Amino acid sequence: MAIIAIQELVDARGLSCPMPIVKTAQAIRTVPSGAFVEVLATDPGSVKDFAAWARTTGNELVEQTSDGAVYRFVLRRK
Amino acid sequence: MNTTTLDRPVMPAIDPLALAIAGIEDVPDDSIQAVLERPAKTKELVIVNWSGDLDKVWPVLILSSTAAASGVRCRVFVTFWGLLPFVKDQKRIVGDNWMQKMLTLMQRPGIDHLKLSKMNFLGMGPWMMDSLRKKYNVASPRELLEAATAMGVEFIPCQMTMDMFGLKREDLIDEMGEPAGAATAIEIMTEADASLFI
Repeated sequence: MAIIAIQELVDARGLSCPMPIVKTAQAIRTVPSGAFVEVLATDPGSVKDFAAWARTTGNELVEQTSDGAVYRFVLRRK
Repeated sequence: MNTTTLDRPVMPAIDPLALAIAGIEDVPDDSIQAVLERPAKTKELVIVNWSGDLDKVWPVLILSSTAAASGVRCRVFVTFWGLLPFVKDQKRIVGDNWMQKMLTLMQRPGIDHLKLSKMNFLGMGPWMMDSLRKKYNVASPRELLEAATAMGVEFIPCQMTMDMFGLKREDLIDEMGEPAGAATAIEIMTEADASLFI
């Protein structure tokens, strides 16, 4: 796995739908195209939601990991 | 640690339908290219916010803020009871005549004063809902409204309801757009990719 330089971190732990998505959308606007944003979330619905959001917006969901309690998403801005 | 690297196929650079038509009709290459390079139309969602109930306005705000977060242009046509939550919170009684004043006396306007459509129990229901909301860290209607307006959701108040309820532009929150009527609602709904009446 290639090393990815994260430009912006969104800590959405503890937040419920739709705030992880809303905060990510606001954060990804602050980085240039091609830059990476990392999101931490605890909402189990975010697994499906970030995949859907990536498809709708065209931003790329590069990586998705979980340690059971916290979900981590890495997105690349379109 | 369980790691999954998503391996999504790259989107085809060429619209298969445009290619098929070009194949049949023998369209010159450069005109196909023009079609392919045309930017995709932004998706649009229109929601009619008719109800002033907490359990209806909440999903309207969740869906509209998420639409804006997803790059979908979202417009909310705000009509009838749905207009009262968009009156400035500090307003208590609005309207010119006693009947209009009665409306807001019976239903306090403002985004922080929403009632439930069922199990309201003189405010016990909304109070319990607010406690649950805080316990589970769910964004409040006010927070969602702020996020929605900050991300460019357009709220369009219904002029006819404003007249009937005696609401003036300055009674409504500053983020509201220009008042409009049913024909505007129909136009934006028919042009949108999806429209909802909530």
